[in-house]
Amino acid sequence: MANKVKLATVWLGGCSGCHMSFLDLDEWLFDLAQQVELVFSPIADVKIFPEGVDVALIEGAVANEDNLALVKRVRACSKMIISFGDCAVTGNVTALRNILGPNNAEQVLQRAYHDVQNLQPQSPRFVVEDCVTNTLHEIVPPLLPQVLPVHAVVPVDVYLPGCPPPAPRIRAVLTQLLAGNTPQMIGREMLKFG
Amino acid sequence: MSKTLTLNGQMISAREGESILDAARDAGVSIPTLCHMNGVGDVGACRMCLVELAGSGKLVPACTTKISEGMEVNSDTPQLREYRRMLVELIFSERNHVCAVCVANGNCELQDLAIHVGMDHVRYDYLYPAENVDVSHPMFGMDHNRCILCTRCVRTCDEIEGAHVWDITARGIKSHTITGLAEPWGEVNTCTSCGKCVMACPTGAIFKLGATVAEMEKDREKLAFLKNARERREWV
Repeated sequence: MANKVKLATVWLGGCSGCHMSFLDLDEWLFDLAQQVELVFSPIADVKIFPEGVDVALIEGAVANEDNLALVKRVRACSKMIISFGDCAVTGNVTALRNILGPNNAEQVLQRAYHDVQNLQPQSPRFVVEDCVTNTLHEIVPPLLPQVLPVHAVVPVDVYLPGCPPPAPRIRAVLTQLLAGNTPQMIGREMLKFG
Repeated sequence: MSKTLTLNGQMISAREGESILDAARDAGVSIPTLCHMNGVGDVGACRMCLVELAGSGKLVPACTTKISEGMEVNSDTPQLREYRRMLVELIFSERNHVCAVCVANGNCELQDLAIHVGMDHVRYDYLYPAENVDVSHPMFGMDHNRCILCTRCVRTCDEIEGAHVWDITARGIKSHTITGLAEPWGEVNTCTSCGKCVMACPTGAIFKLGATVAEMEKDREKLAFLKNARERREWV
């Protein structure tokens, strides 16, 4: 176990489609499992992003305070981070709300939870009271004023575009990385957005 | 009359009055383009075809620069490659180009060019302008989010259809394509609804109503065919 590459996958503001595409690697996942140790992932029950990660695939844009804190920790704890899919690389669909302006969190909540609701419109409650300890907990992370691509927040080593990136593209990147090479992102098969 | 010039170190011959772009293509050298389209005149709007002229080191658009005797042209240098990638990134950052939800996904010349220049991400801040989508026309729509101001629609409507429905208003970052006198497209009574602008548009900006993600395929060679048919009576 000690010599295996420590791989993490992270899910920020995205639809999880990139992770679905990752799972589309099908039986190659068995080969991958021989070579890597999956130390953090939405498909593994680990709560805290660990230290000493070799490669982290980051799906999704940075859309809320949780995303922001996590992506900073991922950068600090990982040798290489990969912007995984169009939301991480460009903001993509997650960033559509940016068209509303540079400080649009309130407008988004207003639109989603008030304007289009005719029964009991209310914003998500950011704070709930824990009735056992009588303390307050934040359970809904506040939205950032604007959605950002990952590289707008932390330095990114490799960009893996696609909505979602097709499984063969993910495999090509991971294969090159495991061989100790920097992935060559050239041509339609590797670079097409959307 | 034939002229001789040097392109990327190779001697080539070209017809007098030909553009560098045409001369290069005749010689089998491909120069990336975006606003250029067979069948309509060139304007040098997108700067993608910039080439370097030896001596002055000046960068000129290949589509609007005529060849001359003894000219030395470089179309592929590290500097030009970097500038082309910068230009594509700036286009992506200037409007809201979201390939994943675009009608032209998979059939888009801007998307193809991004692949060609090796764009794996955009290094500039996105501007996220609030742009309109005009669906007032009964058959077609105009999504300004995807418009790159190449003016192909303007030139096609003017030069091939002869209606001149399209034009550009304002300058610089405020430039916009307009229909009629900046009216909703559906209210412009000079529009013949021929659909040539739909075919000419390199992105998903002008589309057929009802087209959804990745459905908007375009037949651009049809426009060159029409032009040839009319001017040279060549119906092929």
